[in-house]
Amino acid sequence: MAATDLALPARWTRSKSNNGIGLPAAPGIATAYLTLIVLIPLAAVVWRATSDGTSGFFEAILQPQALAALRLTFIASLAACALNAVFGTILAWVLVRDDFPGKALINALIDLPFALPTIVAGLTLLALYGPHSPLGVHLAYTQAGVGLALLFVTLPFVVRNVQPVLMELDLEAEEAAASLGASQLTTFRRVILPSLMPALLSGVSLAFARSMGEFGSLVLMSGNIPFKTEVASVHIYGQIESGDVAGAAALSVVLLAVALVVLGLVALFQRRAARGS
Amino acid sequence: MAARLALRGVALGYLALLLALPLGIVFFNAFGGGFHQAWAAITQPDALHALWMTVLVTAIAVPANTIFGIICAHALVRSDFRFKRVLDAALDLPFAVSPVVVGLALFVVYGRTSPVGAWLLAHGIHVIFALPGLVLATIFVSLPFVVREVAPTLAEIGTEQEQAAAVLGANAWQTFWRVTLPSIRWGVIYGVVLSTARSLGEFGAVSVVSGHLAGQTETLTLFVEDRYQAFDPVGAYTAAVVLALLAFATLGAMNWLAAKEKSKWQSLPATSEKASATTSP
Repeated sequence: MAATDLALPARWTRSKSNNGIGLPAAPGIATAYLTLIVLIPLAAVVWRATSDGTSGFFEAILQPQALAALRLTFIASLAACALNAVFGTILAWVLVRDDFPGKALINALIDLPFALPTIVAGLTLLALYGPHSPLGVHLAYTQAGVGLALLFVTLPFVVRNVQPVLMELDLEAEEAAASLGASQLTTFRRVILPSLMPALLSGVSLAFARSMGEFGSLVLMSGNIPFKTEVASVHIYGQIESGDVAGAAALSVVLLAVALVVLGLVALFQRRAARGS
Repeated sequence: MAARLALRGVALGYLALLLALPLGIVFFNAFGGGFHQAWAAITQPDALHALWMTVLVTAIAVPANTIFGIICAHALVRSDFRFKRVLDAALDLPFAVSPVVVGLALFVVYGRTSPVGAWLLAHGIHVIFALPGLVLATIFVSLPFVVREVAPTLAEIGTEQEQAAAVLGANAWQTFWRVTLPSIRWGVIYGVVLSTARSLGEFGAVSVVSGHLAGQTETLTLFVEDRYQAFDPVGAYTAAVVLALLAFATLGAMNWLAAKEKSKWQSLPATSEKASATTSP
């Protein structure tokens, strides 16, 4: 059990003899609680975004500053996810196939971005890569800084999704490929990677969803310069502060739509992974 | 062998630059001016109040989500009802929605301009810029953890023992307390650890609904930002160290629980399929 369980809910529907003993009130209570806490507030955002008509909605999301924030968030998220797909797979491989002193500690460290409050993550990155950087690397208030913060908060997703699949993987296929003369790179590309793909894609999707909505780690690191380093969630926050709730709601609906699409993709990849195994 | 060493170097170097070095420097910045300065920063009244608010909000949100989580897991695993798939899918929303959108959603429902908010205000109940708003935001973001940990465990244990208890004359409540809860306790504890970490660290959602009143509605994460913006880096870094230590405690608890779970499954060879599916090192 690792923090991936939160990202990769186990599908329990096909398991043995579970129906029969139920609390009759449980479905009602569960549905009511979720509706009250999550669904009604989110529905209210959609309602508020369209309460000035669809033209008001499109006017709000097509504002140059909102568009610039959305574009930056999208591109930085894609870049961070692509990088973490590569480094996450390498990390997972090293954690499963390699052995060295301190490996258990390194393995535990992977979950740190899940456990560390985002504002602390922002502050730590600012301390090392900000204006007083002891390394002389100054990335604060730049788009690279935005990408760096997203790399930090999304690090565990790919590692924790790929790691269990890699552990399960049969070594025989790899040995067969090697004995047939395949190079290490070919073996990885043709034998290992296809088995990892569903888990990798599902991890990348979750990381992408997280990046698109990320706020806490970017507040300090990005500097929030409109048209340059301001991401979508920070832009929404600014709109709420300045009293433009309808505008904030409109942009929130865009983020909500992205989140729903990504959740759909994750479900698809996980079904594929379940079928493959 | 060379390739293996190179990969190891890349992986460890990446972790060092992204995780280890930044954390080290935060500890250095907090204690660089001496331990007394850091101690003074974290024991100032606003800092202590912020810590208290964080603890209070967590102490309400986590039990609420734990009770809901067990009931919801029970509903998903043991009952069949119409919208079950919808409920299952909607449970993942808090993981995918931006914290700022969560805050905005509460603002729209409970703000003074909404009918609900206006009615509550007329009855003297403040939600936004007050404790209930902070609690609702925290419950929202940490809602799925217990469900997602308990449901697989509940599915795994099956219903044979519960049926046996029922046959022997136990009522539903006795069956739950004496049979079901002891079997799912590690799942529950794991979910509680994750919920607690998320609740202690939530920033975006509470930031929207808090109003940032120092000494009143400020939690510890909001205090970090407030101190940084007020050019008080020692205050910010010291509070950040407190939060980081709580995060390390969480990691420790997670690893301890995972090891415990693993050893439990290893002692039961019949369920090795489950062990390989859910335990990672």
